[in-house]
Amino acid sequence: MGTKRHFRVWRGDSAGGDIQDFDVEVNDGEVVLDIIHRLQATQTPDLACRWNCKAGKCGSCSMEINGKPRLGCMTRMSTFEEDETVTITPLRTFPVIRDLVTDVSFNYDKARETPAFAPPPGVAPGDYRMQQIDVERSQEFRKCIECFLCQNTCHVVRDHEDNKAAFSGPRSFIRAAELDMHPLDDREDRKEYAQAHQGMGLCNITKCCTEVCPEHIKITDNAIIPMKERVVDRRYDPLVWLGRKIFRRDQLNGSDGESMAPSTSVGVTDVAKGAPYTTNRLPENPPVREDGRMDVTEVTLPNPGGPSPFGDQTFPLPPDKVSYQQPGPRHGSLGEDGNRSEDGHHQTH
Amino acid sequence: MTTTATRPGVGPSGPDRPRAAITAKTLRTDRWWLAPLITFVGLGAWVAYATVRVFMHKWYFVEAYHYLTPFYSPCLTDRCVEGSALFGTPLPSFWLLPEAAFTLPFLLLFRLTCYYYRKAYYRAFWLSPPACAVPDGHEKYTGETRFPLIFQNAHRYAFYAAVIISLINTYDAIIAFRSGDSFGFGLGNIILVGNVVMLWLYTLSCHSCRHIAGGRLKHFSKHPVRYRVWTFVSKLNVRHMQLAWITLGTLALTDFYVMAVSAGWFSDLRFVG
Repeated sequence: MGTKRHFRVWRGDSAGGDIQDFDVEVNDGEVVLDIIHRLQATQTPDLACRWNCKAGKCGSCSMEINGKPRLGCMTRMSTFEEDETVTITPLRTFPVIRDLVTDVSFNYDKARETPAFAPPPGVAPGDYRMQQIDVERSQEFRKCIECFLCQNTCHVVRDHEDNKAAFSGPRSFIRAAELDMHPLDDREDRKEYAQAHQGMGLCNITKCCTEVCPEHIKITDNAIIPMKERVVDRRYDPLVWLGRKIFRRDQLNGSDGESMAPSTSVGVTDVAKGAPYTTNRLPENPPVREDGRMDVTEVTLPNPGGPSPFGDQTFPLPPDKVSYQQPGPRHGSLGEDGNRSEDGHHQTH
Repeated sequence: MTTTATRPGVGPSGPDRPRAAITAKTLRTDRWWLAPLITFVGLGAWVAYATVRVFMHKWYFVEAYHYLTPFYSPCLTDRCVEGSALFGTPLPSFWLLPEAAFTLPFLLLFRLTCYYYRKAYYRAFWLSPPACAVPDGHEKYTGETRFPLIFQNAHRYAFYAAVIISLINTYDAIIAFRSGDSFGFGLGNIILVGNVVMLWLYTLSCHSCRHIAGGRLKHFSKHPVRYRVWTFVSKLNVRHMQLAWITLGTLALTDFYVMAVSAGWFSDLRFVG
């Protein structure tokens, strides 16, 4: 049997709002999102709330429950006392749209600014081979459901709006770490990027992102601190510098055979051809609408996904405008005699 | 016919659209202030105790059993008691100069720049933030991007120093197995050895150590030994916070025990010799 319990829910929009009181029935086994739905069904049909899977996997129902950033669907009512008032508010760090719905496009902006996976030179898609122990660190970060609770709770932007331009947040840091630790990612400048463009130095490792992560990703210990240490490698460590001088080893720059061999395929250019990676191209901003803001969804964009390396273009490009030579079918993955070419650098199981 | 709700508040406004108007600074109902308070009291008490002891300049060595407190190791000033100075006495006796003037600054630096202690004192002392989803106590925030906090990146230097100091502490603990000129073994030895073991565990569980051991590699499969070491350090690293507190405890206990035996408040419980 259900019992009536007291709830306080923030209602309003960008023009203002306040916390309103409700008495709602609560049944055994229910979660906070169930109560929101019951409120919508019985008392406040226009209460806005973003939700989708109700299983802690879509990352939509992020809200603050009794002041703590939580997923509504993963917060059981049984964790509260029978007579406890439960206060539900929208995420504080992002602009509010209405009621419990906030505009989290800050996070998508930051995601688009993060350089994407750089394919290894000379390895055709489908030929990627990695050992489990090489990818397991990156795999932890793939658990991220993009609920943005970490972004919301991080005091760097939560308490200091002015840091938003310079600070990408924990979600972007684990993305940077994921790619920097990825055995096949070819970019070498992710540490510098994290420091210079993502604002990693603003993080003072107070670990709130780790505390609120519903996927229990060890954001601070496994991503942010290792990335900070990698920056130290490059900039501050005397012994690493000495070791590199003495042993002529430069693992960090990938010149000891860590990367794949350059491709010999027709039509391959730039890094894939073996040309050194340059950082001449600055990170490109995501495409924006005429009003200077990004679209709500990338589906409506002319070039969905990350910023196009060809600039703001409509696809497909006319053949005479492309800057590369289109390779023939299956070219590059098979040799002349039909056998797979071994370059000795593949990591195979 | 489809009706489309007008989305309030979404207009052609710029990036400074307002957040939800919530007046309460925090709506947390749990005792979020307890953890920073305990940290504040615990760290504050320890620092006070250590400061008093370092500038006490006495009761740091038990000559009969060669117990030397870690706060005075290695003893380097002219006033060092006979037998306690293993590396000579190059420093003058000046009351502001600790006996272990070459090691204490590095140990302080090691703990100050430690990734765990940073979290602890940023929260408990600097209130930036005191707890998650509780407002920062400061208007402006620049993190660790500029002087002096950019020197937090020097943690690795301090780690190298801490390894050397741990070696000295280990030597201190080993040569304490003496009673006069023959082998001896008492409760003090157990405390000294226990302290050194915990110090090693704390030092090796350091995030910088984890990175140096193997965390900086991109291909673990190419470095199986370093991968094993990294795995070992990673297991310790999970306990870094606990080890940080345990070593504060063992350091204070070891120092207090040596002080008490040295001052004659009680005598060492001897098992052998």
